[in-house]
Amino acid sequence: MKLALEVNGEPRAVEVSPWKRLLDVLRDDLRLTGTKEGCGEGECGACTVELDGEAVNSCLVAAGQCDGRRVTTVEGLARGELLHAVQRQLVACGGAQCGICTPGIAVCAAHVVDRGLVAGCDDATARARVRELLAGNICRCTGYQLIVDAVIAAAREVAS
Amino acid sequence: MTAYLRPRDLAEALDARAAHPDWMVLAGGTDLMVNANHRAAPAGILDLWRLAPVCFVRSADGALAIGAGATWLEVERHPEVRAHAAPLAAAAREIGALQIQARATLGGNVATSSPVGDSLPVLLALDAELEVASVRGRRRVAYRDWCTGYRTTGLAADELIVAAHLPIAGPTTRTTWRKVGTRRAQSISKVMGAAAITLDGDVVVDARIALGAVADRPIRIAAAEAAVRGLRLADAAAAARAAVRAAIQPIDDIRSTASYRREVAENLVARFFSMS
Amino acid sequence: MEHARPPVPPVGRSVPRVDGVAKVTGRAQYLDDLDAHGAWHGATVRSQVAHGVLEAIELDPAFDWSEVCVVTAADIRGKNVIALIEDDQPALVPIGGRVMHCDEALALVAAPTRALAFAAIRSVRPRIAPRPPVFDVDAALAGAQQLYGPSGGDNVFKRFLIRKGHATDAELDAAFAAAAQVIEGRYQTSPQEQMYIEPQAMMASWQGGRCHIVGSMQCPYYVHKAMKALLACDADGVVVAQSVTGGGFGGKEEYPSMLAAHVALLAHKAGRAVKMVYDRDEDIAATTKRHPCRTHHRLAIDARGEICAIDIDVVMDGGAYLTLSPVVLSRGVLHAAGPYRCPVVRVRGRVVATNHPPHGAFRGFGAPQTTFAYERQIQKLARLRGEDPLALRKRLALRSGDTTATGQLLGASVGTDEVFAAIEGVAGAPPVRDGVNRHGAPIRRGRGVCFYFHGAGFTGSGEQRLAGRATLAATGDGFEVRSSSAEIGQGSITIFTQLAAAALGVDPAEVHVIDPTTSRVPDSGPTVASRTAMVVGAVVDRAARALRARLEAWAAEHGVTGSLAAIARACVAKAGGEITETVTYEPPPGIAWDDATYTGAAYPVYGWAACLVDVEIDLDTCEVAIQRCVQAVDVGKAINPTIVRGQIEGGTLQALGWAVLENVVYKDGKVANANMTNCIVPTFADAPDLETILVEVPYPFGPGGAKGVGEIPMDGPAAAVANAVEDALGCAFDELPISPEAISASRPRWEAP
Repeated sequence: MKLALEVNGEPRAVEVSPWKRLLDVLRDDLRLTGTKEGCGEGECGACTVELDGEAVNSCLVAAGQCDGRRVTTVEGLARGELLHAVQRQLVACGGAQCGICTPGIAVCAAHVVDRGLVAGCDDATARARVRELLAGNICRCTGYQLIVDAVIAAAREVAS
Repeated sequence: MTAYLRPRDLAEALDARAAHPDWMVLAGGTDLMVNANHRAAPAGILDLWRLAPVCFVRSADGALAIGAGATWLEVERHPEVRAHAAPLAAAAREIGALQIQARATLGGNVATSSPVGDSLPVLLALDAELEVASVRGRRRVAYRDWCTGYRTTGLAADELIVAAHLPIAGPTTRTTWRKVGTRRAQSISKVMGAAAITLDGDVVVDARIALGAVADRPIRIAAAEAAVRGLRLADAAAAARAAVRAAIQPIDDIRSTASYRREVAENLVARFFSMS
Repeated sequence: MEHARPPVPPVGRSVPRVDGVAKVTGRAQYLDDLDAHGAWHGATVRSQVAHGVLEAIELDPAFDWSEVCVVTAADIRGKNVIALIEDDQPALVPIGGRVMHCDEALALVAAPTRALAFAAIRSVRPRIAPRPPVFDVDAALAGAQQLYGPSGGDNVFKRFLIRKGHATDAELDAAFAAAAQVIEGRYQTSPQEQMYIEPQAMMASWQGGRCHIVGSMQCPYYVHKAMKALLACDADGVVVAQSVTGGGFGGKEEYPSMLAAHVALLAHKAGRAVKMVYDRDEDIAATTKRHPCRTHHRLAIDARGEICAIDIDVVMDGGAYLTLSPVVLSRGVLHAAGPYRCPVVRVRGRVVATNHPPHGAFRGFGAPQTTFAYERQIQKLARLRGEDPLALRKRLALRSGDTTATGQLLGASVGTDEVFAAIEGVAGAPPVRDGVNRHGAPIRRGRGVCFYFHGAGFTGSGEQRLAGRATLAATGDGFEVRSSSAEIGQGSITIFTQLAAAALGVDPAEVHVIDPTTSRVPDSGPTVASRTAMVVGAVVDRAARALRARLEAWAAEHGVTGSLAAIARACVAKAGGEITETVTYEPPPGIAWDDATYTGAAYPVYGWAACLVDVEIDLDTCEVAIQRCVQAVDVGKAINPTIVRGQIEGGTLQALGWAVLENVVYKDGKVANANMTNCIVPTFADAPDLETILVEVPYPFGPGGAKGVGEIPMDGPAAAVANAVEDALGCAFDELPISPEAISASRPRWEAP
């Protein structure tokens, strides 16, 4: 099947089985290896991308379903060398250790921050919301604390 | 090579369904795509993702209509759902996590009909009606008659689910829901309960009590519903507890034990009454 | 000599991770991201039987094998063994050989695509004559089957006996008989899956008769040593390189040697590169877990309320092969008596063979298991005496000048008082006992504390035997740190950069820590045992100082001025090549350890920690919510406070998960919950806001005063949770996990009638 999709703002075309996972299309056909596979069952969130503006697990999306659609991966968060606020804060706050979950977290957190999903509430509420909204991204290294700090800092940055 | 069709409207979808009963009906994919790499590729994919005629939430004639293609994120955020079917919004919020809610659909949850489907006890307790369609026409089925066995439903081979219709409860009916999962998010249910309790003062006029994860399908506990009718809330809690204990035979499995499920199911249902 | 403006000393500063930008942009390349054009994919045929004899391996003739390469034990040129402590574990079970556990590797395939490789393994038919399996440690000890050692033996991989203050069992019994009170408890801890988010992954290729391995690992030289034996080659016959590694926690300490063996064999036979990346399910089922452990702990106190005798018996399930079990047991028994004063101590330990998949390294490495037991015992002591749990621990705790269970006299860097003060400073009032949650369910709240320690570095003379080395090089284009320490998320690249820059007196940007490849770095020892910053960092620091001294001496001699980088460029140009200094680890003076009697200085230094946990239990569902967790940890010196905080918080949540959420369930010796859905770890929503207090009581022989920190946070919190649950419900929970099912089942013990 011939697919035409927009990836990180660029039109891309591939010819693949419609059953192929979007994750594999990104990694194997488009050589965008930033998106990772941690479980293959939609549990860990390491494969998170934005699809038509929603944060989804790309291991659960069939390629055929992506024809004509818009995908943003971790490679599309930065503008050239200018990192997204979430990326900048993850580095500044120490929210990345081994880094394998980091692309999925960066994409999901950028989605949360750019949509204002934790804007306009007090700190405690915002922190609880961040935890709920990112609960589909598993990290085994950090204990989550410094990631929450980073996302809150990024949300403040984006709001101001 | 797997065939693929993205129908432009419901008629085209139904034609394809009738013509290719062996094709996979795929919307959010959060169940069907698990471990896709290890599954045999289907003969074809009938892609219903964002099929407009089944993507809606609206209220009319005292009922809330939710299209089968509505995602749980859309359901949870919709003011009409929050106003008229709060337990469904609560259930939506505890399905998986954000990435799952953005793709998983009501139609998928109903079609898969897992014993631990998170929204299913709510549909039972709120006395939902399903609307299904085929090239032969449309029909409605009470959700309480829908599940016929383990992961088996009344859906015919050429049918697609169009919508769920939930009667909007009156002011004297309290609706509640609680899920007990393996952890706080991204969790499979160990026990789930949902209830709609109609009161006259503090006397129970009517009750619909549903449980999930304690049988091969979501179930209504008829014995408990009968036992509480006409009782004051405090007495109803005790009566419901005893009836639930006698009525269910949950199992031991990899996630939990039969005795835990039984004890928690009783506690949830009793609490629904004492909290009303 | 003119110097540039001196840089701000980087040690003690939270400089951003060197590899941070690469990781947040997705540019960091893990094994499965590397361009493997033309490489085939490997897959493993595994036993579905826990114990038996492999009679044959048959290939389904109906399958098209033309594009598939199949490898069995017959293809192994050298020794069919994964060399580690003993040579008891084969790379592949040979025909006629014994199958010792479910999911043991029997054969391998490689094919151009993953799909074809998966299809091929389904078409391989092993024939195994089953034997009765043994899954229970007591059955193994009773010799139900001969699994390890001589027939009729007790299947014990390793045993230890520690005696302090007494010479015979009779003397110990007398000490107990004279006691005012004895507290006796039996404790059981569960197996635990490391759940690194990057599954095990490895690739091999053969070039000019030499095997090149690259992959996800903690210890390139462990892999190197194992490959030499398997391939019957010398040190130059194999090169091992670590790719960016997505988590290890001990799970990639020794298992990568098995995976490296497999891809090397496949690549050799297939005549092309072969890559193997485990599916998550396979990873959970087949790789190592934390040793399940049973501890019988007796604690005697005298009339003054001092601990006068301790007697501990530890039994661990080692699984099917010896792997690292002796060392896990060693650390377990060395920590078993806890950080408390006691004149008479006996610790006995045994790690036993069973037909479970082999258990292995996981952060803490035996200490979390025995810490759980002793901190539960201390809690019971506090309850018995009606003493405040923190006050009692403070009263009985080891301090400088006291001796441990092995008779080690504690000297410098004992942060006991500091960590207690830190916890007391933030503890605040205990949570209100009773309440109601948003579901209307009654809740009970409780608080638990614990105090614990963790020996940093290898036991006894281990570091001396390892003789870890590191090299500092002036290349003409900056300075290079060369060591075999593997960055696995713990921040070693950044820590070494800071240490080297500080010692050289240069900006960290001028220092580059190279990726560990065995052909380019010396053996610094493995990335384990909380030794990377403290031991290898010290060697890096000395090598950097030596390089600086040498360059400055050369500059003085030749009248060269300018920054060290300028001097280095000139010196390199003059020499016609790089200038290097390689330094070998030197143990601090006074570490006397007797391996035969297990007495003396078990570790050069210990980390010290105290933990406070508040829990809230829903009485309708028996779910335990961790509302608060505070850890105060004496780390000697935080070279990079943010990185150290991150390590503590990560280890803390792994311990909290182990306490209430996590478990590995075996059914007939096979992991029954081998996927992420059912083998769960905490999510963002399960974790409370973690509070971390870094305490610094410097260790004179650690770089900048630092001592090991990677593992200590794992040891304590599970006991603190159990103590908190006991505080809430009024009865003891001495088995992990403290699941809702366990709490529900013990309702008669805690529910008011």
